[in-house]
Amino acid sequence: MIEVKDISKSFENTKVLNEVNVLFEKGKTNLIIGQSGSGKTVLLKSIVGLHQVDKGQIIFDNIVFNELNFKDKKEMRKQIGMLFQGGALFDSSSVEENVRYPLDMFTNLSLSDKQDRVNECLKRVNLINANKFYPAEISGGMQKRVAIARAIALNPKYLFCDEPNSGLDPQTAILIDNLIKEITEEYNMTTIVNTHDMNSVMEIGDKVVFIYKGEKWWEGTKEGIFDTENNELNNFIFASTLSRKIKDLKKGG
Amino acid sequence: MSLFYHIGKYFLLLNRVFSIPEKHNVYYKETLKEIQKQGINSMGIVAIISVFMGAVITIQTAYNTENPLLPTYLIGLGARDAILLEFSSTIVALILAGKIGSNIASEIGTMRVTEQIDALEIMGVNSASYLILPKVVGSVIFAPFLTLLSMIVGISGGWVAGTAAGVVTTENYIYGIQYAFNPYYITYSLIKITVFVFLITTISSYHGYNTSGGSLEVGKASTKAVVHSSIFILLFNLILTQLLLS
Ligand SMILES: Nc1ncnc2c1ncn2[C@@H]1O[C@H](COP(=O)(O)OP(=O)(O)OP(=O)(O)O)[C@@H](O)[C@H]1O
Ligand SMILES: [Mg+2]
Repeated sequence: MIEVKDISKSFENTKVLNEVNVLFEKGKTNLIIGQSGSGKTVLLKSIVGLHQVDKGQIIFDNIVFNELNFKDKKEMRKQIGMLFQGGALFDSSSVEENVRYPLDMFTNLSLSDKQDRVNECLKRVNLINANKFYPAEISGGMQKRVAIARAIALNPKYLFCDEPNSGLDPQTAILIDNLIKEITEEYNMTTIVNTHDMNSVMEIGDKVVFIYKGEKWWEGTKEGIFDTENNELNNFIFASTLSRKIKDLKKGG
Repeated sequence: MSLFYHIGKYFLLLNRVFSIPEKHNVYYKETLKEIQKQGINSMGIVAIISVFMGAVITIQTAYNTENPLLPTYLIGLGARDAILLEFSSTIVALILAGKIGSNIASEIGTMRVTEQIDALEIMGVNSASYLILPKVVGSVIFAPFLTLLSMIVGISGGWVAGTAAGVVTTENYIYGIQYAFNPYYITYSLIKITVFVFLITTISSYHGYNTSGGSLEVGKASTKAVVHSSIFILLFNLILTQLLLS
């Protein structure tokens, strides 16, 4: 469980997050949705401590993460896995070296044990026979899988994904989304996913938080999202012609 | 003001870079890779620059000492001193600022803008130390060898050019390069190159590490790395010469 209490964040003079309060639940995929530029990435990076918040608390299962000292924070980080918007694989390392990296840095396992763990993780994301490839040699969807494998290598308790399916075709996007949801349930992690894709909301949104101009505008479940009276959220959901048509059909029928 | 801001930030970064590494064998491997990448891979360019530099210095010295009263072994002596004192350290460092500096700044800058540095941080790795320390240590360890290489190749280049152009005989050139030889010149050069390479690697890392934005900014960081490294090389050349030779 991750609790975000009253956090605000500004860069120079622009306020990006304004007093955000959210509770992200354990064993569930929690989604943060919102337009491009609404502050989703900044919120996620503030939660994991890549941005220092100006005020407020971030609580990971009773531990106030943003008030920990440097050393304890570092220790906590080993329980956090993160998937970045662009994948952020190390270009000069092969697929298996990427996944093995956290094991090399933080465990004293033998090489063969590490290799076993790497293969286990790669198998979990359905990526076999790609061990020796370099990030530039594999497709975007495969890169996302490698990034997931790397994020789960150390068995984290918390998983953060910044737009895991951006740049992917709808089918692959759903595969990746479902993979994240399955892994979350399997390991009982607290997972937070940023997205602006309504398909993801419908597929995996156990809990949905809508961010609008740096403020929490709405929160609820994927079931409740279509009944909302919230104007901004409605504009966001029914942005496309296709979704408006479906809405009209529903009303008519 | 902005100069002081950057100098302060630079020292804060160095403070993170030189914290004690936790996984020694990982750092050791990375350092070996950097010796290969920054050091061994620079031998070619250093050798080429040095042979031409040695040749030109020798011919110029010959031209400047055309007076029949001056013995021709002075050509060897003049070329030797110029190479040992200045060219094999300062000029080689300026070349390395272009090669190593832009390489380091663009590599680290790319890692920054593609969030690879964030990925390291999130794992709990001290990204500054992990990325920068091996580059600094690897380059600083290898730099003296590049200077020694440059000295040997430069003086040989001078001999080839001098004899081929007919301005000095082999005996006189060799007599000249041995005449009144002061080994401290070599020490002085090695101290200089060590400092210069430390400046190049840390300044370039600083610019790469603090890149923000996209590929355009990576290019800018790389340019700044080369320009600032070169300026600081020239500044420290003056300071070190004053300290070590006067
Ligand atoms: N390091 C930074 N310095 C200054 N401003 C920033 C920084 N990072 C983000 N911002 C600003 O914060 C705002 C929110 O950005 P953010 O990246 O969180 O958007 P987002 O919701 O993730 O958008 P997208 O869906 O396009 O990824 C933007 O206006 C951006 O310009
Ligand atoms: Mg984003």
